[in-house]
Amino acid sequence: MTLETVETGALAAPPIRLAGARIGQVARAGLARYGLLLGFLLLWQLGSTFGWINPTVFPPLDRILVALWNGLASGALIDDIAISLQRSGLAFAAAVGLGIPLGLFMGQIPAMERALDPILQFFRQTSALALYPVFILLLGLGEASKVFVIFWATLFPILLATIGGVKEVDRKLVEMARTYGATRATIFRRVVLPASVPSIFVGLRLSATTALLLLIAAEMIGANRGLGFQVMNAQYNFQIPLMFAAIFLLAGLGLTANAVLVRLQRRLCRWSDAV
Amino acid sequence: MTTATTTVRRGEVTIRDLSKSFTLNGRRLDVLRGIHLDVASGEALAIVGPSGCGKTTLLRVLAGLEEPDRGEVMIDGAPVHGIGRQRAVIFQEPRLLPWLTVTQNVSFGLEVRGQDRASAAEKARHYIRLVGLAGFEDAYPRQLSGGMAQRVGIARALTVQPEILLLDEPLGALDAMTKLTMQEELARIWREEGVTMILVTHDLEEAIFLADRVLVMSKSGHPPRPIEIDVPRPRDRSAPSFVALRRRLMAEFGLH
Repeated sequence: MTLETVETGALAAPPIRLAGARIGQVARAGLARYGLLLGFLLLWQLGSTFGWINPTVFPPLDRILVALWNGLASGALIDDIAISLQRSGLAFAAAVGLGIPLGLFMGQIPAMERALDPILQFFRQTSALALYPVFILLLGLGEASKVFVIFWATLFPILLATIGGVKEVDRKLVEMARTYGATRATIFRRVVLPASVPSIFVGLRLSATTALLLLIAAEMIGANRGLGFQVMNAQYNFQIPLMFAAIFLLAGLGLTANAVLVRLQRRLCRWSDAV
Repeated sequence: MTTATTTVRRGEVTIRDLSKSFTLNGRRLDVLRGIHLDVASGEALAIVGPSGCGKTTLLRVLAGLEEPDRGEVMIDGAPVHGIGRQRAVIFQEPRLLPWLTVTQNVSFGLEVRGQDRASAAEKARHYIRLVGLAGFEDAYPRQLSGGMAQRVGIARALTVQPEILLLDEPLGALDAMTKLTMQEELARIWREEGVTMILVTHDLEEAIFLADRVLVMSKSGHPPRPIEIDVPRPRDRSAPSFVALRRRLMAEFGLH
């Protein structure tokens, strides 16, 4: 009798313990990954509430969240998000649309790459922000100059990464394709293009980061709408919680863009160890 | 009568007065000088020699990857230039496309030559079985061992059903055990497929094991010397005739 109960108990225990262990494992992994971030946010909240840090500069998180909610509910921040997304999205799309084809082309033709490289390096080293006044003179203070300055800065990472990817394609694979009688076009489509995809993604992620960076700078300098403008404007008007709300939105935008690209990269480069 | 001759001449290689030189640091380097060679249909020829004797260059000329300075290469009696459908090359490295599965890699050659995807894949599956990789059709190259990857490369070359298989030190990068198994496999595949096989190797035992004839090339510019391998197949590496031939070949290179 006693033996039986012990046995059933022993039999029943493992699933529960297993489930418990599973939850514990997930919790531990989550804590290891996000624990420091949570600790930081908690310290901010407590520090601001109890006055360990200056609450006028670092308002408690709950006040920032309220400001964020009010901004979103009233639609004011939604407008800013929309215009910011439009500016950076347009510039990013244009940079990708020009940078990838041009990079693929330039990487294939060494003479052209050699001829264009010095001027590309020169343009790349000239800060896009330093050129912003020039773009304003050329295109006016409206949307065009903002989109163009973001486009300008975003173009180089994607262009150079694509050229690099094409140039680094294993010549031995190209030769292999040649022995089967592959034409230049077939080699490009079936060997060069897929081999360049991982470096193109490195460029895309760099470009996305650059697009957001330049967006904020351009909006801070000469805009009356947009998240970058909102950060500046809230600070001038001493609406510090609103300022942080806009900053958090910008951070979220960057994280989202990166996550989308990482997802896409995983799908397209399943064969590679790199991801 | 004419049809009879063409079938007999499938995969026949004739090399006449072939020369090739390279310029290295401003100095002219005669790699191949006036080579004459006849390879019969279905023959297995091994080319051996010290590094720098031009054996790989000879194979690359045969593959159409290099143009000779002088002389010509004829296949089935017709002069050839550049890459052609009668030949397939197996390199020292498997040279697989990492983004394609085993089946897709093996079909690659056929697809490049214009065959539709479905029939290419079907043919690929047959050769994947032939090289002993059944069950790995959907694996990616990074999941394969060196020997398995090389089998994929061999299957890819066989799938296009070449008359002539050109092998450039195909087992050079494999470990000793895998190498022995793969030599057996190559002997079997050559017998079953009935192709002409020209194999460059620096492994004398491999040359004797696989070839009907071994061509010994030297750096000094002496014309290459063919040695008949009249050891009955399947070959036994420890048979007296095999050992005697190995000793003779080693003596050619001043090794004892």
